Amino acid sequence: MPKMNMLQAINDALDIAMAANDKVICFGEDVGIFGGVFRATSHLQEKYGRDRCFNTPLVEQGIVGFANGLAAQGSTPVAEIQFADYIFPAFDQIVNETAKFRYRSGDLFNVGGLTIRAPYGGGISGGLYHSQSPEAYFAHTPGLKVVVPRNPHQAKGLLLGAIRDANPVLFFEPKRLYRASTGEVPEEDYELPLGQAEVTKEGDDITLLAWGAQMEIVEKASELAEKEGISCEIIDLRTIVPWDVETVVESVLKTGRLVVTHEAPLTGGFAGEIAATIQQRCFLYLESPIARVTGLDTPFPLTLEKEYMPDHLKVFEAIKYSINY
Amino acid sequence: MSTTTKAAPIVHTPDFMNGDEFRIPVFKLLKQDGSPYKNAKLPDLDKDKALRIYRAMLFTRVLDERMLAAQRQGRLSFYMQCIGEEASVIGSTAALDDEDMIMAQYREQGALAYRGFDVDEFMNQLFGNEHDYGKGRQMPVHYGSSKLHYMTISSPLATQIPQATGYAYGQKMAGQGHCTITIFGEGAASEGDFHAALNMASVHRVPVIFLCRNNGYAISTPAHEQFSADGIAPRAFGYRMKVIRVDGNDILAVYQATVEARKLAVEHNQPVLIEAMTYRLAAHSSSDDPSGYRSKKEEEAWRDKDPVLRMKLWLQEKGWWSDDDEKREQESLRRDVLEAMKRAEKREPPELDTLVSDVFDEVTPILAGQLDDLKAHIRKYPEAYPKGAKSLNGKDAGGAKHA
Ligand SMILES: Cc1ncc(C[n+]2csc(CCOP(=O)(O)OP(=O)(O)O)c2C)c(N)n1
Ligand SMILES: [Mg+2]
Repeated sequence: MPKMNMLQAINDALDIAMAANDKVICFGEDVGIFGGVFRATSHLQEKYGRDRCFNTPLVEQGIVGFANGLAAQGSTPVAEIQFADYIFPAFDQIVNETAKFRYRSGDLFNVGGLTIRAPYGGGISGGLYHSQSPEAYFAHTPGLKVVVPRNPHQAKGLLLGAIRDANPVLFFEPKRLYRASTGEVPEEDYELPLGQAEVTKEGDDITLLAWGAQMEIVEKASELAEKEGISCEIIDLRTIVPWDVETVVESVLKTGRLVVTHEAPLTGGFAGEIAATIQQRCFLYLESPIARVTGLDTPFPLTLEKEYMPDHLKVFEAIKYSINY
Repeated sequence: MSTTTKAAPIVHTPDFMNGDEFRIPVFKLLKQDGSPYKNAKLPDLDKDKALRIYRAMLFTRVLDERMLAAQRQGRLSFYMQCIGEEASVIGSTAALDDEDMIMAQYREQGALAYRGFDVDEFMNQLFGNEHDYGKGRQMPVHYGSSKLHYMTISSPLATQIPQATGYAYGQKMAGQGHCTITIFGEGAASEGDFHAALNMASVHRVPVIFLCRNNGYAISTPAHEQFSADGIAPRAFGYRMKVIRVDGNDILAVYQATVEARKLAVEHNQPVLIEAMTYRLAAHSSSDDPSGYRSKKEEEAWRDKDPVLRMKLWLQEKGWWSDDDEKREQESLRRDVLEAMKRAEKREPPELDTLVSDVFDEVTPILAGQLDDLKAHIRKYPEAYPKGAKSLNGKDAGGAKHA
């Protein structure tokens, strides 16, 4: 199997999607000949021409509005927002239009073909505006699927799944991991299912739940915990909306303990939603309060980024607290 | 009732217009050799002011050179150069009152240099240390100075443009004869915020100057893929706004255009759009490599139109500047920049408490709790958080933190 980093895997998924279906059209700021500022769309314009892969003017509300119209017409747009931090000029198009197209027309029209890709997350010295994790804003809007991959193999399969899903999907890519490492990625066309979490490691004492770049953090924390004799079960949620309640419930019924972690701030973060649902479903089986390890309730800092981040040591402390409760 | 301002002529054939009817001229005063065009009437610029402008240009070049090198050496995480656009940025600033507001994009360090932001102030921001006014929260080049009337830079593009309209409306209401200039790229002008800003400024008669640096590129996207019209200037017609296009590498043309724009803004409450035709000589930022999207030849052609050299030649012709002056100034600037960088690098990081301050006017109970938890955690693992631990230790030792 070839080895790829996450960017190569994403590029490969886009290439396969465009080759398989000539309705797939990729666009966004700098995605044309340059291949995007991270090079996720490298060579796509050369291969598929300027009509199917192109630079747009610098206007996110235009990009998503255009993508909505294109999807309504029956094409399969894959729009890139250069950084998730810059998705907000398109917030109205996404929240009031993308999410509600099908519902408000009684399914006369839909934008199910639409996928919006955006790099998200911190740990790259990006400060306030190149670090945010905005998944919770969109999770709060019914009608949008939200997907976050953790590694190259997942990125390719989930992106192909997202592009071919019959609903609009926001696909947030952990940019800290773009070139961080490589992994084995099948050459062929494959899809991973949306709406399904994955148990990446089985264990008995505590469940650790994360997605995207936080998966790496959780794995490191579990190694520390294992050294102290704590057996961790790790789950990658993969899809934030619709999230896989059953897989998490099943795990927590077994372990009786849950730590959820994300980079986004605590208040209003998706961990709160998970905690509420799991305490309702697993109340009598819980051995300790569900813990959330998250960013602070502040904008993203720069010089003190390390202090801000919900890193493996903070997750490790939460594990110990939960076990010793 | 008609909603247009003038009674429209009536025609009986379906003729369409596309704006090509208007040819927008380019205002120029100086040739590249520093001599004026034949019929050009140069603005009144005394020697002191001319040298203040030129020194700010030289400083900006030296700062850019040195800091890009520092980024390459790994001493700085990120940098953006102004090179090629110094005349647009500094010429316009020099035409304003020093208390007029500037709301810029990120490539306008020359404006701040002209206003008197000193080399340590630049460095403290670039290194995000305890003396950075922004408390180490934003990436390098996101400067701000309330005393110099320079709004802190925000990375999301074009957001400052409608804010400038609002700020200037407040200045009009205050009645002290001030205006706001907002500076932005031709790429940012594609955002909806740009259009909202111009329309509101025109409708509400706001003393604001919109200065677009049309430098040919938005990262890799060339201007001809950004818009199909003749640049940014024609957009003013849609809002019935005064507009002028200037040679952005011609310091005197930029200066004079802005002097006149300021009069319109402050004396007549007329907003103005200025399109400065220039070129981003450097890469977009330290993270970018332009060789993938434009030719060396194109870059060289613009290097020949260097705005700093053009001003120098004009100064020399006036007898206000010599090669010796140039050499001395360059050397002293290089030394200042280098020494300030070393000082800034050695300064402490911002206090840990700055993580939770300024979110609101006061730290909320929830934030105070989060900070306490963080401190307890850092005390447990001080070696994992050297900056946070340093800040805590400094406190525990009872002050006397900075040598
Ligand atoms: C809303 C938003 N979208 C995208 C970006 C990413 N971005 C940063 S600079 C830039 C290009 C800006 O070009 P231009 O306005 O022409 O200014 P220049 O860099 O040429 O000075 C882009 C796309 C951003 N900062 N904000
Ligand atoms: Mg530009």
